[in-house]
Amino acid sequence: MSLTGIFLILFLVVHLAGNLQLLSNDGGQSFNVYADFMANNPLIQFISKGNFFFILLHAVVGTGLWLTNRSARGGQGYAVKVTKATNTNAGFAKNMWFLGVIIFVFIVVHLAQFWFQMKFGEVGADVVMVNYGDGDVKDLYALVAATFTNLPFVIFYVVCMVVIAFHLWHGFQSAFQTIGWNHPKYTPIIAFLGKAYSILIPLGFAIIPIIFYLNHA
Amino acid sequence: MKLTLKVWRQKNAKDKGHFETYQVTANEHMSFLEMLDVLNESLISEKKDPVYFDHDCREGICGTCSMVINGQPHGPMQGTTACQLHMRHFKDGNTITIEPFRAKAFPVVKDLVVDRSAFDRIMQAGGYISVDTGQAVDGNSIPIGKETAAKAFDAAACIGCGACVAACPNASAMLFVSAKVSHLGLLPQGKVEAKRRALNMVHQMDEEGFGMCSNVTACEAECPKEISVDNIARLNREYIGAAFTADEK
Repeated sequence: MSLTGIFLILFLVVHLAGNLQLLSNDGGQSFNVYADFMANNPLIQFISKGNFFFILLHAVVGTGLWLTNRSARGGQGYAVKVTKATNTNAGFAKNMWFLGVIIFVFIVVHLAQFWFQMKFGEVGADVVMVNYGDGDVKDLYALVAATFTNLPFVIFYVVCMVVIAFHLWHGFQSAFQTIGWNHPKYTPIIAFLGKAYSILIPLGFAIIPIIFYLNHA
Repeated sequence: MKLTLKVWRQKNAKDKGHFETYQVTANEHMSFLEMLDVLNESLISEKKDPVYFDHDCREGICGTCSMVINGQPHGPMQGTTACQLHMRHFKDGNTITIEPFRAKAFPVVKDLVVDRSAFDRIMQAGGYISVDTGQAVDGNSIPIGKETAAKAFDAAACIGCGACVAACPNASAMLFVSAKVSHLGLLPQGKVEAKRRALNMVHQMDEEGFGMCSNVTACEAECPKEISVDNIARLNREYIGAAFTADEK
């Protein structure tokens, strides 16, 4: 969980950096050129396959862990359950699998909406082509703009980003504890970075649909 | 003080079990177990089956007492075993729910008594050092730094009661195993077998049906000896290192 999680944490940074080009004021040119590069560059294709594999591995191992742990807890639960713990992430820690299932559903919807259209979408029917002087590229920007003028989708995306924030709030720190990196000097830094990351990255993703909705709707 | 007790009663491992409600009069100077003694005396005088519970030293150092009091292993006081919990922390008229430690690896034997022999088998798998017995060696013959000695001692404070397993949403025994691995592995006498110890104890823990750690840290909060989850990170380090560098398969 830890190693695949750290890979996905790094992936989110790259993904957000790319996506923020949606907000540049050039009618989508830089984003569309970037999307075309991401969809066709052989090295990116290789990393992309690895990324899908790690997402699936994270989900499969996480589900196995959840089942093992449920079984270990036994059938009979406590009538009363109270904790002395004061840490803020215990609630998220106990529900990582449920948060993960929501995120998995989000990933499927998200891929169907954008990734599938970019890779396999029929030109003319699903996507249109644009030319910036260096050959035709698919106008993914227009597809994003069309999706994010739809309020239910905007709400869905923002809510899912909150869920990802909760998942990361526990996951970031937990990944380091699991690989044994716990140190009086570095653990407070990791804890701070984890909290900053789990707020800023999902926030960065969430402002994109909000801004599109406010500008285009 | 008059108390209402809701106590888990279960005839044996196969029985479904249920809560029974009792009224008991205690005084605030009693320990929690003495209060249960009062209940049992009255049950025995009424020719009823007393409530079975584990206890031994009643000094907070043996790790035998094991019960979940109002939803918390060993009760509401931080760093306190059930035997050292005093009735002055409760109020007249309180209702107290008492349940056994619950985990698949800790099956109920009777009432509040659970079978924690899984911990013994984990200890047999590696919770020891191999040295010749004989006369006690001079305590200062092997100098050990203060920081290391303190860490090893903090881990050695684990009394193996199983509160960590009872508190963990995954019923994981990682805090217990990590305390033993840290306590022995930090000291020169235990370093020799550190790799084998980490691998074997973790293997036995999995065999016994304990869950896996997901860093909820409920164990640390409920541990009557306040063992830190830093030990779990140390166990993870030892385990990962041993998995790649151990001499045996």
